Amino acid sequence: MIELRNITKRFGGVLANDHINIAVEPGTIHAIVGENGAGKSTAMRIAYGFYTADSGEILVDGEVRGIRRPFDAIALGIGMVHQHFMLVDTMTVAENIVLGAEPGGSVRLEMDEARARVRALSAELGLSVDPDAFIENLSVGQQQRVELLKALYRNARLLILDEPTAVLTPQEVEEFFAILRKMRELGKTIIIITHKLAEVLSISDAVTVMRDGKVVGRVKTNQTSAAELARLMVGRDVLLHVEKGPAMPGAVVLSARNLSVGGKGARSGAISAVTNVSFDVRAGEIVGIAGVEGNGQRELIEAIAGLVNPALVSGELVFEGRPLAGLDARARRERGIAHIPEDRHRRGLLLEFSLEENAILGVHYRPPVATGVMINEREVKRRTADIIQRFDVRPPNPALPARALSGGNQQKLVIGREFELPPKLLLVAQPTRGVDIGAIEFIHRKLVALRDAGCAVLLVSAELEEVMLLSDRLLVVHKGRIAGEVDPATANTTDIGCLMTGAQRG
Amino acid sequence: MADLFTISLVFSTIRLSTPLVLAALGGMFSERSGVINIALEGMMLAGAFTAAAMTYSTGSPSTGLAAAIGAGLLVALIHAVACIRYKADQVVVGTAINILMLGLPGFLSGAFFLSSGSTPQIPIEQLIPRVPIVLAFALVPITWYVLNRTPFGLRLRAVGENPEAADAAGINVARMRYSGVLLSGALAAIGGAYLSIGQSSLFTRNMTSGRGFIALAALIFGKWRPLQTMLACVFFGLTEAVTIQMQGVVKLPSGEDIPVQFIQMVPYVLTIVVLAGFIGHSRPPRALGHAYEKER
Amino acid sequence: MTRESSLPLALLFPLVAVLAAFAVGSVFVLAIGDNPLETYGLLLGSALWWPDGIGYTLFLATPLIFTGLAVSVAFRAGLLNIGAEGQLYVAAFATAWTGIVLGGLPAVVLVPLCMVAAVLAGGIWGAIPGLLKARFGSHEVINTIMMNFIAVALVSYFTQYHYRVPGDPILQSAPISESAYIPRLGTMIPGLPARIPLNVAFLLALIASVAVYVFLWRTKWGYEIRATGSNPSAAEYGGISVPRQIVLAMAISGALAGMVGINEVLGYRHRYYDGFSDNYGFTGIAVALLGRNHPAGVVLAALLFAVLSRGGIPVDAFTRNVTKDIVQILQATIILFIAAEAMFRGPLTRLRHRLQEGPRHG
Repeated sequence: MIELRNITKRFGGVLANDHINIAVEPGTIHAIVGENGAGKSTAMRIAYGFYTADSGEILVDGEVRGIRRPFDAIALGIGMVHQHFMLVDTMTVAENIVLGAEPGGSVRLEMDEARARVRALSAELGLSVDPDAFIENLSVGQQQRVELLKALYRNARLLILDEPTAVLTPQEVEEFFAILRKMRELGKTIIIITHKLAEVLSISDAVTVMRDGKVVGRVKTNQTSAAELARLMVGRDVLLHVEKGPAMPGAVVLSARNLSVGGKGARSGAISAVTNVSFDVRAGEIVGIAGVEGNGQRELIEAIAGLVNPALVSGELVFEGRPLAGLDARARRERGIAHIPEDRHRRGLLLEFSLEENAILGVHYRPPVATGVMINEREVKRRTADIIQRFDVRPPNPALPARALSGGNQQKLVIGREFELPPKLLLVAQPTRGVDIGAIEFIHRKLVALRDAGCAVLLVSAELEEVMLLSDRLLVVHKGRIAGEVDPATANTTDIGCLMTGAQRG
Repeated sequence: MADLFTISLVFSTIRLSTPLVLAALGGMFSERSGVINIALEGMMLAGAFTAAAMTYSTGSPSTGLAAAIGAGLLVALIHAVACIRYKADQVVVGTAINILMLGLPGFLSGAFFLSSGSTPQIPIEQLIPRVPIVLAFALVPITWYVLNRTPFGLRLRAVGENPEAADAAGINVARMRYSGVLLSGALAAIGGAYLSIGQSSLFTRNMTSGRGFIALAALIFGKWRPLQTMLACVFFGLTEAVTIQMQGVVKLPSGEDIPVQFIQMVPYVLTIVVLAGFIGHSRPPRALGHAYEKER
Repeated sequence: MTRESSLPLALLFPLVAVLAAFAVGSVFVLAIGDNPLETYGLLLGSALWWPDGIGYTLFLATPLIFTGLAVSVAFRAGLLNIGAEGQLYVAAFATAWTGIVLGGLPAVVLVPLCMVAAVLAGGIWGAIPGLLKARFGSHEVINTIMMNFIAVALVSYFTQYHYRVPGDPILQSAPISESAYIPRLGTMIPGLPARIPLNVAFLLALIASVAVYVFLWRTKWGYEIRATGSNPSAAEYGGISVPRQIVLAMAISGALAGMVGINEVLGYRHRYYDGFSDNYGFTGIAVALLGRNHPAGVVLAALLFAVLSRGGIPVDAFTRNVTKDIVQILQATIILFIAAEAMFRGPLTRLRHRLQEGPRHG
């Protein structure tokens, strides 16, 4: 019914879609799976006209179509429910549904007619919503129904759903699937983007697997298994390698007990991002946290670093025998907790500032960098030169703005800066995201060396191979809880993948 | 004290709030679509000058009014292009337009009327003291209707709250914002025109003296809604009317005059208080001030 | 991109904006039947005569340097300070008040006291919207505009009811004590007549520029302010308290704007004169933008605007139709072009690539 042929899309330096081919049969439920960053959302947004591909074609019902904006896609019968709902909070359900396709002429908004049609549609599909309710008062599950109704109101024949079950409870997921099956009966075609393998096996007819911007597999659901899908999703072409002796763990440096961290932006009451997590990290060991992004890892790291509003953090965090509660980010850094954030552009760097000014972020206010009020230029230069040299930051020009560096060099700068503290506990998230292969191996070696020097390291990575490679102990998180602990030396990818995605083992 | 609350105070209030209502309603269209409009002051000046100049030149106030609307649209177009197409900072652009309108009318009147900033006096039969008043207050329910009961209003509001959602629904975000800003120019210009060819009979340099900002304050005080904004405008107009009438009339217990400046300050202090959230919950359109960028 | 090539390029953009504005201005001049070359000649030329041209120009530049610095410090913290006008009024009054009420003190004590009064008053007036933003999140733009009006009303009240000379028809305060006067540069520089109001405040302005530079780029407090303005998330990550920086930046900004009072009251009129500010606060925004929010740029931009302001008078007098309003038209157009820099990005980037193509690096 719809086919993407040789679609390529680049964002800046990143190749999000690399000559991908996806074909979906009419009247089926088709799943597109892959890890975060695999390019699934991008491909579908191109199909919906939200983005335009750099090259390639889209065929609808066998004919090549130019889809340049959502308006075109809607006219062709394509509807999309985005991962982050495209709803106007302060308007009602009915207003959101008819937005852009309002009944009546252009003078009068026939809301009565709109409400009636909404009621009729929701009855037909078993999607009950109150047309006059305000979006901001609805639960997430209800909001999703509004999104579906929006697409169906425009007579969508093809529905693209981006991570629809990400925010649903298991009960709501079942209800949701019942609705999907009903729509399939009515002749609709459905594409569902997800990384949850259990659900894929449960609901879909066919699956396309994407990885690193490419399509790596296309199978019929009844001919595959969770294990095979997981393997396709997380497999790597290049095998990474690092010299790593056995760990010699010393005293417990960080101890978390029943740690919970509230989430942000929860619409239907507080969703906890991290729930009742307990673990220890010792000096001289790397504890890894594996999991698909968005399962609370960022909130966990930021809570330990002191960047989360204390009102949202409950439970115990003890560092070197003393509680961290009441200490802000600056105090924690002074105690020796270093932090390499997952988003170096947003959190870790001042992109417009020079390498020198970035090299002192976090220690800029105290000796030796600042004596009294003035910043000690000599110390800044020395520190920067040291980082550049030890971490092979290129180009080695300390006056350059940070944005002039490549991703890998930016990351090396951040890492070098944090290593300079020197840290007793290093929190590091997604250390090699957007980093070229040479820098990846360099960074891995540095992390291991830090561990060997006696530092405790808490490593979060969505790259399964990386976290298995580097960790001495490996925790797997799923939906804010620790799903299990495995021994990275002996565990296999498939089992871990299943833990990560909530699928059953085997 | 009784002589204070006379019919003349009521009329005075209505007259003084008219330009505020017009400018504030205009600002509402712009800001509800997501574009901050600091330049209401400048747009009013544009309208005031053009109305006076054209009415004097042609003898016809309706031509003057029409020309004023045209001037307002032109100024609004500059604001819109800079902010929407070139994504310039909306406040900076608004400030630039205000500065421009401090000088441009004087420049043009120097050239055409050989004066130092004012236009020549317009004979009284060519003035329109009542039409703008009726227009202003009639526009309040009309604005309410347009915003809440027409597809245009629905889309405009969506664009101001969540432009991404509107885009996903197939709406042209830029075009809606252009409409909002242009409407603000037209309405503010009518407000200005009332000042020069309705309330008085000529244009003088900087004759709005801050009314555009008071209108903006009323808009915020009125939580970007037509009825509340109108009430805020009337309240601020009342403040001004009382200021004028009160001179030497009302005394403090000590027998002295209440300084006029304290009454003048009331609208501004109130706006700050409201903005800080002390009186009710003042929530601007969520996308206000943010240029809509999308990776394509 | 290396450091050597970035300075000329950094100057290029404001230069282009100014030239483009002059081009637009000449369209206006032509439209009303006058000669742009003649107009610009008068506009720019009159500032260059010695002593009056240069003397008055530097005098007019003084308040613009202060407000330009004020707005640029706030910009560096990511804030838009539209309230410089109100801050300088409050400060000017505070200075006059000190000069009147404490007039009995010897000059050695009184002059510094008056200066401190200006800085404190401006700083407090600026800190208020800063606090409102830090604590309540309310936008500093509206609050500073409102504070402007409140300031004008407040100060006018005090002048009218408490500090006026009885019977004086002009709305101005009583004169300050003579011990609060600061000397005119005419008494210190040979060849410069003392009738020109250029005074020590100009030197203060230059010192303030250097001080702002050192503060922003050489102290840890300045680093924190700039980091907050550049990327509040990263600043927070680095242990910087963003709300505190907001208040601090606004206070410093207000204090700088307040120094206009020193020039006006201590160095020129020796009293508070209602409405003395020729839109210094708003022009300060243009100065800051044109000067790329850097003290050196601010001084240059302030000089340019002072030249234009001074030149407005002969333009008014000697051209047939052009009035001094052309100055505001030019100012506004400069701001518009700088704000809409996206308009220039295409052509300028191409130009930059062509310039860099010259000596080929590896």
